[in-house]
Amino acid sequence: MTAPLVSVQGLTRIFDVSKPWLNRVIERLPKARLTAVSDVSFDIPEREVYALVGESGSGKSTIGKMVVGLLNPSGGVVSVEGVDLSRETDPAKVEAVRSDIQMIFQDPFASLNPRWKVRDIIAEPVAARGGDTEGLAERLLEQVGLAAEDAGKFPHEFSGGQRQRICIARALASEPKLIVCDEPTSALDVSVQAQVLNLMTDLKEEFGLTYLFISHDLTVVQHMSDRIGVLYLGRLVEEADPDTLFERPAHPYSQMLLSSAPRMDGFGREVEPPKGEIPDPINPPSGCAFNPRCPLASDLCRAERPELRHLEDRRVACHHAEKALGAGAEPA
Amino acid sequence: MTDAVLSVRDLVVEIPTRHAVLRPVDQVSYEIEKGEILGVVGESGAGKSMTGNAVIGLLDRPARIASGEVWLNGRRIDALKGDAMRRVRGREIGMVFQDPLTSLNPLLQIGDQLTETMLAHLDISETEGRKRAIAALDEVGIPAAASRIDSYPHEFSGGMRQRVVIALALCAEPSLVIADEPTTALDVSVQAQIISLLKRLCRERGTAVMLVTHDMGVIAEAADRVAVMYAGRLAELGPVRDVIQRARHPYTEGLMASTPLASRGQTRLRQIPGSMPRLGALPDGCAFHPRCPKAQDKCRRDPSPRLDTCDGRAACWYPVEQREAAE
Ligand SMILES: Nc1ncnc2c1ncn2[C@@H]1O[C@H](COP(=O)(O)OP(=O)(O)OP(=O)(O)O)[C@@H](O)[C@H]1O
Ligand SMILES: Nc1ncnc2c1ncn2[C@@H]1O[C@H](COP(=O)(O)OP(=O)(O)OP(=O)(O)O)[C@@H](O)[C@H]1O
Ligand SMILES: [Mg+2]
Ligand SMILES: [Mg+2]
Repeated sequence: MTAPLVSVQGLTRIFDVSKPWLNRVIERLPKARLTAVSDVSFDIPEREVYALVGESGSGKSTIGKMVVGLLNPSGGVVSVEGVDLSRETDPAKVEAVRSDIQMIFQDPFASLNPRWKVRDIIAEPVAARGGDTEGLAERLLEQVGLAAEDAGKFPHEFSGGQRQRICIARALASEPKLIVCDEPTSALDVSVQAQVLNLMTDLKEEFGLTYLFISHDLTVVQHMSDRIGVLYLGRLVEEADPDTLFERPAHPYSQMLLSSAPRMDGFGREVEPPKGEIPDPINPPSGCAFNPRCPLASDLCRAERPELRHLEDRRVACHHAEKALGAGAEPA
Repeated sequence: MTDAVLSVRDLVVEIPTRHAVLRPVDQVSYEIEKGEILGVVGESGAGKSMTGNAVIGLLDRPARIASGEVWLNGRRIDALKGDAMRRVRGREIGMVFQDPLTSLNPLLQIGDQLTETMLAHLDISETEGRKRAIAALDEVGIPAAASRIDSYPHEFSGGMRQRVVIALALCAEPSLVIADEPTTALDVSVQAQIISLLKRLCRERGTAVMLVTHDMGVIAEAADRVAVMYAGRLAELGPVRDVIQRARHPYTEGLMASTPLASRGQTRLRQIPGSMPRLGALPDGCAFHPRCPKAQDKCRRDPSPRLDTCDGRAACWYPVEQREAAE
């Protein structure tokens, strides 16, 4: 077996969310720390699509940013092509790996320079390395479903969906090996989404790309990924291939997520909506963080955090996974 | 007259620009009955929000209703001005938008916002208003409503805020609710809670709901009928099951087929070639013809087809043949 392109080990990120020093002194508040990502480990083999799913605040973007090197881990390691990006001291090595990684962001408005023409925005990653940009933007624009003439326009002349396609074109420009896609199609219509997802599939085949694909849309994730990691409050609670996860989710949280997702064949379906909300990440519940919402929670769950363990062909962090598998087999 | 709560007839919204007059809503007609949820879908820019905003008299200048009629509970409201329209909006129409913060005043405790809205539109005392505010929060599933009534909007999570907005939209007991992407920014578990709440209120109170969303799953589970918009026009209108599973308009068919669920097991999703034309550059004939696999000369030449000049279900000269015994 070859080494994975990306290897994430024990990745942790803690944010200091304390009030300003003076307020703390006056109001006698302690320092507040928010653990956004906690002890997350996974590998992404080359040419595979690894998806991270989970609800808002579960730490998906934070992991994505640490993988591309936009954010430093508080603990743990991200290695890409065998290089530990936060500890490698040889700048040439770091630069070489960095140029193989691109990111597509969630917000297509914030990530485009409004003063630049689309041509320059798209070609910038290549131009910065002195590469050949002749006709590049035009070609990529057509590949992402826009017109070559659009290269001469400015971002404000495009809709949100079109801007996201420009972002994708830019990410593709430097022909990276790994693209971290943070909700790349969340702002797009289903028809445009289909075009973009197809494009991403084609490009993956054509250039042998690897994706870390972040999304909260389960149907998209099911379609795109080879392996899926489910996050809850900064921790990986289950990891499996799409068929296993969608047919037999083993973690009660995965089960809840899958059963509450609306279905196109769910005419008039009356689901018992899930109870409760994601807890405050600054003061997470003791034991398993999902226990206040979990139908299977026991004293053990409140006292002791379950480790991620292998169960059949998945990894799952639940004391009662065997029971959950028996009880909650979700009809596909 | 039917017992429609809302009746929109040949509605045209125009935006005058230097070069041309744009029509983001073009001859749209539909009705919503008591207790019915009408789903409205279509690509970004299709005119969904503009249609909803025209109904509630909240078009941003320079957009304006150029022709057509809007009837609410048997009364024509499209020509109402200022205060009269504002009264209708608060009393008879409730609104839920994508971003709950646009509907909530960040400086006011939520209890006061609810009470104020009710006092403005219902003939009740302040004490009664406060009691009803607690009941309203309770009804939308805010735990310990009585103790959270004095909280400010920022003290709630996104999902809780959207529930407060729904409570606010419903507290004056309107007969129509316009919900424009009410769950788009929310997590699936919260979305499931909000949708089930809307459905329950609609069922129990007979509220008519116009539900604008991109999410076909939400439409399937919540809507009774679906309107599909394309380039400002209605492409298709029919019962939810028919529109999703037996689409008549080639655009609807393409739209449904392009969802990941419909292409289950395939490496590539089905896609509609091209993109929706911009308003200033609509082609002659049917606006969808450049992307349509079945376009004929008639589609390019004749004036744009309308529901009522076609089969009443799809605005298309050559609708998709219904396959017998689908599945
Ligand atoms: N710069 C920061 N400072 C403080 N807290 C942060 C910061 N960035 C993220 N967080 C917190 O970390 C947690 C994880 O956030 P993250 O953005 O990774 O979530 P996500 O899974 O991407 O959510 P979404 O689906 O909303 O994008 C959240 O509780 C968030 O509030
Ligand atoms: N001031 C304006 N000038 C010109 N065109 C405008 C103006 N305001 C809106 N439009 C156009 O009107 C059309 C209808 O917009 P509307 O907001 O109703 O779309 P929508 O279907 O709600 O889309 P979305 O799904 O993105 O919310 C769009 O094509 C938009 O570009
Ligand atoms: Mg995120
Ligand atoms: Mg809209």
